[in-house]
Parts: sequence; C-alpha cells; structure tokens
Amino acid sequence: MKSIKVYGPGCKRCETTAEMVRTRAAALGLEVEVEKVSDPREIAMAGVMSTPGISIDGKLVHAGGLPDEAKLDGWLQG
Amino acid sequence: MSVETQPGSARGWPDWRWHLGVAAAVLAWYAVYRQLIPVSEWLVSLLPVERHSHTGEALAFFFYDVPKVMMLLTLIVFAMGVVRSFFSPEKTRALLSGKREGVGNVMSAGLGVLTPFCSCSAVPLFIGFVSAGVPLGVTFSFLIAAPMVNEVALVLLVGLVGWQVAVTYLIFGLGIAIVAGFVIGKLKLEGWLQDWVREIHAGASAMDAPEDEALTMSDRYRLGLATVKEIFGKVWVWILLGIGMGALIHGYVPEDLMVRIMGADAWWSVPAAVVLGIPMYTNAAGVIPIVEALLGKGAALGTVLAFMMSVIALSLPEMIILRQVLTLRLIAVFIGVVGSGILMVGFLFNLLF
Repeated sequence: MKSIKVYGPGCKRCETTAEMVRTRAAALGLEVEVEKVSDPREIAMAGVMSTPGISIDGKLVHAGGLPDEAKLDGWLQG
Repeated sequence: MSVETQPGSARGWPDWRWHLGVAAAVLAWYAVYRQLIPVSEWLVSLLPVERHSHTGEALAFFFYDVPKVMMLLTLIVFAMGVVRSFFSPEKTRALLSGKREGVGNVMSAGLGVLTPFCSCSAVPLFIGFVSAGVPLGVTFSFLIAAPMVNEVALVLLVGLVGWQVAVTYLIFGLGIAIVAGFVIGKLKLEGWLQDWVREIHAGASAMDAPEDEALTMSDRYRLGLATVKEIFGKVWVWILLGIGMGALIHGYVPEDLMVRIMGADAWWSVPAAVVLGIPMYTNAAGVIPIVEALLGKGAALGTVLAFMMSVIALSLPEMIILRQVLTLRLIAVFIGVVGSGILMVGFLFNLLF
C-alpha cells in the first residue's frame, strides 16, 4: 500500500491531479491511499514551491502543473 | 537536458515530426492571419447592414478584432508555454539564492516573467524562496513582476491598443518590480514576516526538491499546447465580453465626460485610478478591452496605465493569500511601495504625453 500525498491549496488543477492519481492507480490495480494536503505551511515544509505537488511514500516526485499520465504511471509503479 | 525517447507511448511522436508540425502550423497561422481583414469585410458584406453605418463599423470591428486577438493569443501563449518549460520555480530559486540586492532584483523581475507561476501557489513559493536564502526584497521583485508582466496582458495591449503602449507597459512594469523590491529590501523588514515563516527560515535550508523531470522537445511542445488550452479556457469569455464592452463604450460614453474625469488635467485622477484598482480583481483579459475603450475616449495614458497596473498587481485576494506569511504591517508597506511606484509612472506619463 502506497501512501500518496497531493499538495495544493485547493485550486482546480490540484483537484484534477488528485483525481488523476486515483484513476491511474485504480487502472493499474494498485492499492493506494491518497491524501490531499492544503495547509500552506505543510505544503511549504514538504519543499513544494509550485502546486500541485505529488509525493509517494514521503518522496517528492512532482511539482507544478498537471502530471504527465505516462510519468505518473511510472512513479506509481516505481 | 537529455533527450530520451519514450518507447510504447502512443503520443510518442519523434521530435522531428513535432518540429515539422509546429513549423507547418506557424505558416498556416500566418496565411490565415493575413486574410483576416478581407474575411471580416466579406462577412459584414453578407449582412443586411450598411458598411459605413455605426452598426456596420461596429460589426467589422468585432469580426476583425475577435479573431485577431484570439490568433495572437494562441501563438504567443504557445510560445511562452514552450519557453516556460525551460524554467521552474526550483531552478529560479537556485539562481536567485544568495544574490546581492540590486542585481538580484533585476534578475528576479526578469525571471518572474519567465517562470511558470500561479497566484494560488504564491505562499509555498514565497516560503521556498525565503527559506533558501533569497533576500526578501528580491523575492518581492519576483512576486510583483510575475502577475503584472504577463503575455496575456502584452498580447492584448499589442492587439487592441498598440505595440508602443505594450512596450511601455513591459518596461515600466519591470521597473516597478525591480525598484519596489529593492526598496523593500533596503527597509530590512525580515522581522515582519509571520513567526512560523521566520522559524522555517532559520531552520531548514536544504529541502528536497523533486528530481528534474527530463523533458524532450516534444514534451515541451505538448506543454505549450496544454498552456494554450488552459489559458483559453480561462479567458475567452472575458475577451468576447471585453471587446463587446469596448465597442459599446465607443458608441455611448460621451467623450467630454471622460476627458473631465480621466484626462491629464485632473491631477487627482491618477491616485483615484490606483485606489479604485486595488479592490478590483480581474485578469488582464478583462481589464484591457476597457483600457482600450477609455483611451479611445480621451482618458490620459498615464491614468489608464496606473489603473491597469493597480488592478493587476495590487489585488485584494492576493493580499489575503499573502496574509498567511506576511504581517499586516508588511502588507501595508508592500501596497504603499508598489502603489507609489504606480503613481509615479502614472504622473510621469501624463506629464510626458
């Protein structure tokens, strides 16, 4: 079970990103726990400067803009 | 930047096909752009209105201006999307950290234009910069330039008002970002950040950034297209409304009234424009058609520029976002310094032109 965090203050793209992560994980048959982090302080502490950011099991893999679907699959499987 | 192919990706066009595709699209764009006037004239001639009546003029204006602005916007936003893919807040931070004030402010304002930025991530970006040792004033130069000088504003100014005004706006927008950041830096206000921000500042220095995602040229083109889609989704309504509004103001607002209120002789019009602009929150796409109409009705250039800069650079929602990291005193200084800069630009232009 992977623990995934999506960092974003609640803009539309952050919602879309969280949804993308869930959809791709389901499509790959992976069990994941997706948590949305919207507190600016926590976002900053995680080292995310441009939102949305994604971390998987504590490791930051992406920051800024919607993630590329193929890359997202790669991170989820990695 | 390493170039890697992505085997098995359905969208994995090789780079050369993208280069060819983009080149062909630019040529097609140019061919269509050159036909805009004849096509708009032809469209008006199909309608049962006299070409030289007010309605005919308004329709011709609408049929010409709407596609012109849309086409300019597509081209420039795509180009900026590709250019911006070479920049990221992380790289910008690395370039700016530890820079001296002065040089740092100039670089920061320039990078503010080129780095992808959304005001919704102003807070994490602010903390990311300050905690990595980017001086406070230099950070402010970035935060002022990023929203104020953007390609949508410039394209609309070129398309609707004229390139001279666009260049003026670009130069003075950057100028205000540089000088205001420099002044805020000189005031040594680091103590006026919210407490928790200062703690991060003093503590963490090396936070982990995501590994650089290697991008191929085709990835960059795709990012450019995605940017076009995103920006258009946000601004097309504003452009239609704005150009329509502009046409109405052209027709119905009496010119002498406008000259009295916003003309160069009314000294108080510049401060009034700045104050009026602060609570107004709209993007460049919404304000520029109004700017165009005001100018056409005899409002002074300085007054109108001041209004536009105030609307875009000093917005209440952004202050509320920044309130999480800045104390009220610091926000007041920020508004004061940037507002004075805008005032000076306004007065200067009313004096010169």
